[in-house]
Amino acid sequence: MAEPASVAAESLAGSRARAARTVLGQVVLPGEELLLPEQEDAEGPGGAVERPLSLNAGARSRVRVVCGPGLRRCGDRLLVTKCGRLRHKEPGSGSGGGVYWVDSQQKRYVPVKGDHVIGIVTAKSGDIFKVDVGGSEPASLSYLSFEGATKRNRPNVQVGDLIYGQFVVANKDMEPEMVCIDSCGRANGMGVIGQDGLLFKVTLGLIRKLLAPDCEIIQEVGKLYPLEIVFGMNGRIWVKAKTIQQTLILANILEACEHMTSDQRKQIFSRLAES
Amino acid sequence: MKETPLSNCERRFLLRAIEEKKRLDGRQTYDYRNIRISFGTDYGCCIVELGKTRVLGQVSCELVSPKLNRATEGILFFNLELSQMAAPAFEPGRQSDLLVKLNRLLERCLRNSKCIDTESLCVVAGEKVWQIRVDLHLLNHDGNIIDAASIAAIVALCHFRRPDVSVQGDEVTLYTPEERDPVPLSIHHMPICVSFAFFQQGTYLLVDPNEREERVMDGLLVIAMNKHREICTIQSSGGIMLLKDQVLRCSKIAGVKVAEITELILKALENDQKVRKEGGKFGFAESIANQRITAFKMEKAPIDTSDVEEKAEEIIAEAEPPSEVVSTPVLWTPGTAQIGEGVENSWGDLEDSEKEDDEGGGDQAIILDSIKMDTGVEVSDIGSQDAPIILSDSEEEEMIILEPDKNPKKIRTQTTSAKQEKAPSKKPVKRRKKKRAAN
Repeated sequence: MAEPASVAAESLAGSRARAARTVLGQVVLPGEELLLPEQEDAEGPGGAVERPLSLNAGARSRVRVVCGPGLRRCGDRLLVTKCGRLRHKEPGSGSGGGVYWVDSQQKRYVPVKGDHVIGIVTAKSGDIFKVDVGGSEPASLSYLSFEGATKRNRPNVQVGDLIYGQFVVANKDMEPEMVCIDSCGRANGMGVIGQDGLLFKVTLGLIRKLLAPDCEIIQEVGKLYPLEIVFGMNGRIWVKAKTIQQTLILANILEACEHMTSDQRKQIFSRLAES
Repeated sequence: MKETPLSNCERRFLLRAIEEKKRLDGRQTYDYRNIRISFGTDYGCCIVELGKTRVLGQVSCELVSPKLNRATEGILFFNLELSQMAAPAFEPGRQSDLLVKLNRLLERCLRNSKCIDTESLCVVAGEKVWQIRVDLHLLNHDGNIIDAASIAAIVALCHFRRPDVSVQGDEVTLYTPEERDPVPLSIHHMPICVSFAFFQQGTYLLVDPNEREERVMDGLLVIAMNKHREICTIQSSGGIMLLKDQVLRCSKIAGVKVAEITELILKALENDQKVRKEGGKFGFAESIANQRITAFKMEKAPIDTSDVEEKAEEIIAEAEPPSEVVSTPVLWTPGTAQIGEGVENSWGDLEDSEKEDDEGGGDQAIILDSIKMDTGVEVSDIGSQDAPIILSDSEEEEMIILEPDKNPKKIRTQTTSAKQEKAPSKKPVKRRKKKRAAN
C-alpha cells in the first residue's frame, strides 16, 4: 500500500504540495507540505482560475482543522515533521475539519501536558521528588500533590517506587512537573503503584493502540487471568497477576502484540486458555 | 543521558522469578539466546547477534616494523567500542569502567591464549611484519556484551584473508588480491567467552544474562574456553564468594556451550565460503532482512504440525484428475479466437492479442493465416497504443506451445517476442500469456 520510493521522487521532483486528502494512509516524509481541503479549490488547476470579484474577498469560510502529532502549521499549509502514515479523523459533531496526524514508530518519549505516565522515583530532596519518566529531564513531583497529603501527613514514597501521575507542565523550555491528583483534588487512580508486579517497556504506538476504546487485546487478556495493569503514555506498562508465571506470560503477550495479526493473536489466546 | 534507574518492584520481581527458576524470556537456566552470524562483502567483516545484542567485527591488516623485543612476531591489536546507539547510557566520556573491563578481558582471552600464530605473520625478520587489527563495535546492548564480542572477534579473524607475500632473497613481493588469492590467518584454536551471572550470594546462577538480569546480579563469572576444553581465561567480578565445586560446575557447562557455539561458527563460515565460491550473492544486504514500518514482522515460531487433521497430499490424491478438454477453436471476430472452455472474454474489443491458430483443417488454417497476416500489423500498432498494459514485471515471458499430440510445453523467452508473433508459422496453437508493453 505504501510506496515510499514514488513518494520521495514526487516530493523531490516538483516539491509541489499535495492535498492531504489524497495522501491519507500513505507514508509521508518530513519536509512534505500538505494542502488542506479548502485550499485545494483555491489552488485549483495551476492557479489560473478566474473567480468573480466579490466585495468581501477576505472572508473565506475557514474550516478549523486540528494539527496532531507529527504535523506543524506552516503558513496556510501543514508541514510534516515525522515520517509515518498520515491519518485523519472526522469530527464527531459540530464544525471543524477533524484531526490530522502522523502515525509514527517511536520508543523515546517526549513529555506532553495532560499525559498520564508511569515514573520511577530517583531522588527525594526537601519537598519534591525527582521522577524519571523516560524524557530528557526528570520530572518534579511535590509531596503535596497526593490525595489527602498535608504538611504533617506526608505520603509514603521511597526512592525506586513507581508513580502513576499526569503532567501539568510539559514544554521544551522548562523542567516537566507532574501531579498525582486531578483538578478536583481526588486521586482518580493515580499515586504510588503497588509493590509487586513487573514493569516493562514497549513502543509508544503500541500503548496508543492498547488504550484505544474497544481494544480487543485488553478484553481478551482480561478473560485469561485476573490481573491489574497500568499503562503509561511514556511506553511503560506495569502488570500484576496472581503468580509469576502468569505475569511473565502477560508481559510477553503484550510485547508480542505489536507484531502479530489478529488471527495469530487469537490462536495464541485460545492455546493459553486451554492450558 | 543517565541510565534509567531500576525500580524496586522490578528488582523484587526478577529475584523472585529467578528463585522460581523462571527467566523473563522463557529460557531455561543454562540456555543461550539465539546466535546469528552474518558476513559482509569484505573478508573479515561480520555481525554477531546474541538475542538483541549486536556486535560488528572488522579485521584489517598492515605491514609495519615489529616491536624491538619481538622481532619475528606479528602484532595484534584489539579494540572494542561501545557505540552511542547501543544504549542511552553510553556517552562519549562516560562508560570508561565498563569499557576498560571489557577490553582487558577480550585482550586476555585472545592474545594470551595464543590462538593466532604470530610467527606466521612475520615477513622479513626485524623489518616487516603484519599488524592485524580487530575492531569491534557494540551496536545494541541487551546484556552479555563480552560473549557476543568474543564470538565476533574470533569469527572475523577466521573469516579474514590477508594479501599474499613472497620473499626471494632480499626482494619482498606483495601481491594484490587480483594477482593472487588472499591467504587466511593461521588460527590454532577458537577461544569463546561464556558468562555466568550469580544471584543471592551465589545461590542461583544463570547463563547468558539479559540486560535486566545483569542489573540485579550480584556477581559475574566469565570463562573463556575452546572446544578442546582448555580454559584460556577465567575472571570473577562483583566480589562474590564462589565455592570450588561451583566453579568446576561452571567450567563443565562452559565446555558444552563452547562446543555448540564452535559448531555454529564453523557452519556459518562454511556456508559463506560456499556461497562465495558458487558466485552467489553474499554480504549484509542479503543476510540482514529489510525492516519496513508498514509491514508486520514476527520471527518464525516453530509450529508443531503433528496433530494436523487434514493434509494437502491426501486431498490431492483423492481428487479426480482434471478433465482434458480439447475442442476446435471458435473464431469470434477477426483477431479474437477461443479454444477450450473458459470464462467469457471480459476485455471485449480491446483484446487483440489473443489469437490462435487452428489445429487441423486446411481451409480454416489458410483463412486464419491470412487474417493473422493482416492483423499482425494491426496488433503491433495497437500494442504500441495500449502501452500501459503491463500484466507483470517479470522479464521472462511464459509461452505455452500446444502441440497436437503432446502436452503443452512451456518455453520461456527473455526478450520481446515480436519476431515470433509476426512470423507466420504453421506451428499449431501459440498462445501468448503475458503481454509486453513495448512490442
